[in-house]
Amino acid sequence: MAQLPLGDSGPYVAAAYLVFLALILIYVAIMAAKLVRIERQVTELDELTARRAEERRAEREKVGSA
Amino acid sequence: MFGRGLRLLSILSVVLVTGAFALVFFYAPNDADQGFLQKIFYLHVPLAIVSLCGFVAGGVYAARFLRSGDRAHDLRSYVAIHMSLILAVATLVTGSIWARASWGHWWLWDEPTLVAFLIVFLLYACYQPLRFSIEDRDRQARYAAVFAVVAGAFVPINFLSVRFAQRATTHPRVLGQSDALPGPMLLTFLVSLLAMTVLYVTLCKYELTSKHASIRLAQLRRRLAGDDDLLALPRSAAPQEL
Repeated sequence: MAQLPLGDSGPYVAAAYLVFLALILIYVAIMAAKLVRIERQVTELDELTARRAEERRAEREKVGSA
Repeated sequence: MFGRGLRLLSILSVVLVTGAFALVFFYAPNDADQGFLQKIFYLHVPLAIVSLCGFVAGGVYAARFLRSGDRAHDLRSYVAIHMSLILAVATLVTGSIWARASWGHWWLWDEPTLVAFLIVFLLYACYQPLRFSIEDRDRQARYAAVFAVVAGAFVPINFLSVRFAQRATTHPRVLGQSDALPGPMLLTFLVSLLAMTVLYVTLCKYELTSKHASIRLAQLRRRLAGDDDLLALPRSAAPQEL
């Protein structure tokens, strides 16, 4: 592969493209954090519905026994 | 709702961005005047174009929200402006790097193109604080939509006023000149512009899907819990209802 004619401008070009890459990576990291939060909320909801179902079953059993 | 076609868009973004960068470094010839440094052009200009178009798109969605009252348009407007701001930051930073290498300065205050873009950026930097400062959800959405429509109309006016200014500029003006870019450079530029556009749409879709999921989850949580303490929504700049 032919070597790129970088010269003095090489670091500047690399810096510009790295800034773009860094912004994309930061965005991906933020999205990952949001995904974790959504997953936590889904888990909370799951626990809440399970608790509700348990309460309803206990109530039904109480009414049945009475 | 918002996540449809996200996988295809993501794959397309990766392919296009990789292809565009490959064209930039291995296909497009070096510029006769600036040499290798001109490679920043294929990143900086598409970023600027897409971010400005995104601001205008935010205004269009805001106008649709004001007409229909549909909260989904408010969310689209918010996300379009949010993503455009990120691209505008990238535009400013890559432009500064290019300016430093080319002109020997990070910034030139007497350069209308630079200052005009900075004004647009600072204008939109006020968008999120404006939203955050209004607690009432309806007023927040309405005021933000009016802001987005006015600012969206300002963007092309600002661009054209700089374009038609009868003044010698340091900032190069390539677009609109018939012989400015030879074939391989033009092709590389167009592919880069397409890649940046698809990337922008993909990131907007990611953000919309994420926001939509959060909003629906919060609604579901409130409905299930039925507690008063959960009814109060936290203060946020982002739309919290659909």
